[in-house]
Amino acid sequence: MAVKNEILDHVTIRFAGDSGDGMQLTGTQFTETAAIFGNDLSTFPDYPAEIRAPIGTIAGVSGYQIHFGSVEINTPGDQCDVLVVMNAAALKANLRELKKGGIIIANTDGFDPKNLRLANVADGINPLEDGSLANYQLFTIDVTKMTRAALSNDSGLGVKEIDRSKNMFVLGFIYWMFNRDLEHSIKFLTDKFKKKPDILEANLKLLKAGYNFGETAEIFTTRYTVEKAKMAPGVYRNIMGNQATALGLIAASKKSGLPLFCGTYPITPASDILHELSKHKNFGVRTYQAEDEIAAICSVIGASYAGHLAVTTSSGPGIALKTEAMGLGFMLELPMVIIDVQRGGPSTGLPTKTEQSDLLQAYYGRNGEAPLPVIAALSPADCFDAAFQASRIAVEFMTPVMLLTDGFIANGAEPWMFPKSSELADIKVSFAKEYNGDGKFLPYKRDEKLSRPWAIPGTKNLQHRIGGLEKQHETGNISYDPENHEFMIKMREAKVNKIADHIPLQKIDSGKDKGKLLVIGWGSTYGSIRSAVTKAIAEGYDVSHAHIRYLRPFPKNLGELMRNFDKVLIPEINNGQLVKIIRDQYLLPAIAFNKMKGLPFMSVEIYDRITELLKVETPEMA
Amino acid sequence: MDSTTNIASNGQATKMTAKDLVTDQEVRWCPGCGDYSIIKQVQTIVPELGIPQENIVFVSGIGCSSRFPYYMETYGMHSIHGRATAIASGLKAARPELSVWIVTGDGDALSIGGNHFIHLLRRNFDVNVLLFNNEIYGLTKGQYSPTSPQGAVTKSTPMGSIDHPFNPLALSLGADGTFIARSMDRDPKHLQEILRRANAHKGTSFVEIYQNCSVFNDGAFFIYSDKETKKLETLMLEHGKPLIFGETGDKGIKLDGFKPVIVNVNEVSANDLWIHDDHDAVKASILTRFFDDPKKENHLPRPFGVFYQEDRYRYEDAMAAQINEAISKKGEGDLDKLISGGETWLIN
Ligand code: SF4
Repeated sequence: MAVKNEILDHVTIRFAGDSGDGMQLTGTQFTETAAIFGNDLSTFPDYPAEIRAPIGTIAGVSGYQIHFGSVEINTPGDQCDVLVVMNAAALKANLRELKKGGIIIANTDGFDPKNLRLANVADGINPLEDGSLANYQLFTIDVTKMTRAALSNDSGLGVKEIDRSKNMFVLGFIYWMFNRDLEHSIKFLTDKFKKKPDILEANLKLLKAGYNFGETAEIFTTRYTVEKAKMAPGVYRNIMGNQATALGLIAASKKSGLPLFCGTYPITPASDILHELSKHKNFGVRTYQAEDEIAAICSVIGASYAGHLAVTTSSGPGIALKTEAMGLGFMLELPMVIIDVQRGGPSTGLPTKTEQSDLLQAYYGRNGEAPLPVIAALSPADCFDAAFQASRIAVEFMTPVMLLTDGFIANGAEPWMFPKSSELADIKVSFAKEYNGDGKFLPYKRDEKLSRPWAIPGTKNLQHRIGGLEKQHETGNISYDPENHEFMIKMREAKVNKIADHIPLQKIDSGKDKGKLLVIGWGSTYGSIRSAVTKAIAEGYDVSHAHIRYLRPFPKNLGELMRNFDKVLIPEINNGQLVKIIRDQYLLPAIAFNKMKGLPFMSVEIYDRITELLKVETPEMA
Repeated sequence: MDSTTNIASNGQATKMTAKDLVTDQEVRWCPGCGDYSIIKQVQTIVPELGIPQENIVFVSGIGCSSRFPYYMETYGMHSIHGRATAIASGLKAARPELSVWIVTGDGDALSIGGNHFIHLLRRNFDVNVLLFNNEIYGLTKGQYSPTSPQGAVTKSTPMGSIDHPFNPLALSLGADGTFIARSMDRDPKHLQEILRRANAHKGTSFVEIYQNCSVFNDGAFFIYSDKETKKLETLMLEHGKPLIFGETGDKGIKLDGFKPVIVNVNEVSANDLWIHDDHDAVKASILTRFFDDPKKENHLPRPFGVFYQEDRYRYEDAMAAQINEAISKKGEGDLDKLISGGETWLIN
């Protein structure tokens, strides 16, 4: 039977199975192979909050979605073209993510009576057999049987271990389906199982068996090719958001000459930043896993006072605990970076799902008048630059800086045209060395940036005291003087506002500088907004997109830029937070567009909202 | 020039003195407050320690005692309630060469900051913790604290406190503290000696200092310092010496199994008395339980001195060692290699 080869611009695949089925590994392997091949891509891991939810149940389903293409890819894909399911629960939980007519590849062994019962499928019904999937192209493979057969009895492994490797059979098969090379995964496995030759051999065998199954099974009549993407020329790697954040911090440490100190407490979805940093102690990185969130930021205050580039990483609930100490950091005017990898809230909320609901917390969440600079990363790779800039601003302005990312970009991956270290600007640090007053040291005397001197312990003759009490201008001595208090509040605010002179002006990402509708986003909505706006523009809609990286202070031209449009639409994965700030600061009737499902926007949702808003006034488009 | 030498304005090297450690800030403790004596003893011993003035940092939390750093001409931070221990941990981890002193109180260290306090002790950073225990909240004007005795009548407990109090030394021993001592504001010589030993100890040195709050809890510890009662109520610990107290040193402590009993020294052989060994953790834990209400009949005297000390690795040293090990194994970090990661590809 002849196998046809179809060329596609872009494809979305979702791998779904039980938490123990190795779907995350399967997904990342496919991703890395696609990246190295030269596709543009974006990924979205979707895993349960429970570490080991009961096997076979819906609660235990773990998914990994990859969208890759020969065209520009901005999102992990609204709906998938191919759904790989290892059991009945995975099908039940993910079927709605599949396009009508899409491909289902199902492991029949995961649809035995036991699995059907665990997935709460009605008695006597098997979706693989009852015709309910007629709107899709269904392919069934008994992966377990194939796996066992491939390893027969000479592998030296028990049945459990053999069954655990079945994801490699699936990966091999999907590689065949998309005409991919096995080389990268072979290398990866060889490295991973260096010390376990039995397991290595089994995995390699299965990977190849899956691939060969595609060649010989003759049930698949089509293979697909997705050509290389036309991406900006350069050298690329694949990177995840939390990893990029960690690298950005290390880069800032190198470029400032300050040792990096990360005081933190484990919390989903931020912990991977700590894991990554702790691997790089040869960069002089000190990672300190504190006893709680409060201790974490307090250790950072201590390390910052000591003269280190100090950072703490957390998520919403942890940030809430750190609040008082953040106020101290602000009052002391010491540099530090506070990273909030946002997740669904409030309270414990949806720990493994994404949301942008901590913006107001970052902006206003402290007692007293305590404005902090706020920066947000817009994609996995962008976390590198955002972390680097957050460090720069912290050090140059002697202030804590909030860096916002979220679960979606923290765990998502994309190709990254990484910079050379020589292309990164130096971060200027000058510790105070001598008196700056008349025969004495004035710890709160300000420079032209309104920043105060950083005099670290160990510096001769500059002994001084700092604290959380209101302090007198310049001397830093305790002061209860009413005039001074108001003056200092204004001064600290002016310092933060002055950062606007040292950040880039706001740019339009796509579309014209003037027009009917401007879509403004921040953070991880970048990809979906960009896709939606590009599509609408291509169809003739008068719409533009601007994405705000510097949220506090805003770029100086933001007001002017927004006023060039009739309407401003602000999509956010929250109940309307940036929109409140924009309305407040610019008195603009910005339109909120919100989603709170623990999931990123689909670009079609934004596209629909854009066209809806514009259709009213552009009948010719209707 | 030795390390404790300062350069005077005329270019002449001068020794650091207690006066050099006084700041230009007006001291704001109430008259008669025990804090005055404590700062005086600290300012007396610090110049003798051979530490450059600029390498000394005092970190405090919130409370009356926490004003301390403002009055010490060293580096200092007056932080937030309960967190001095956590801040000092980061400071010491970052800069092990600094001499770090934590000034805290019973509310600051044991109530709001209890968690950080026990974790500091187990990590054993080489810092000194001076806990001013006055068994009351002074700064907030007189509520009971976690060390106030049960039944204490205070602003917030008009019918008497129903909280069982902490025993700070037993708590720190339980948290694997490596240097545990008690002293008091009204015994300057003793306090100075304990502070010197606390500084000499490598690891977290915990010193509980009984401190008189003359306004809200006046005289809480006078029984341990007044001439009439002192000898009977206090047990001054000295390593290698028997536990002896009493008007004429006529009373001693003997261990009956694990039970301490008071004996007349003239009626037992000297060998039967408990000889203080400050490296003995089991005996130290019994000693920390000499915590009776002095009003109780046949109560044990309250011990002062170094209860326990042990040499254990310091967190900051282990942290530095791992960094050195990583560098010697992998070489100094190469930023370009790190950024490019394992696998890259070229797009033309
Ligand atoms: S209230 Fe008590 S502890 Fe506070 S300064 Fe006054 S006497 Fe000292």
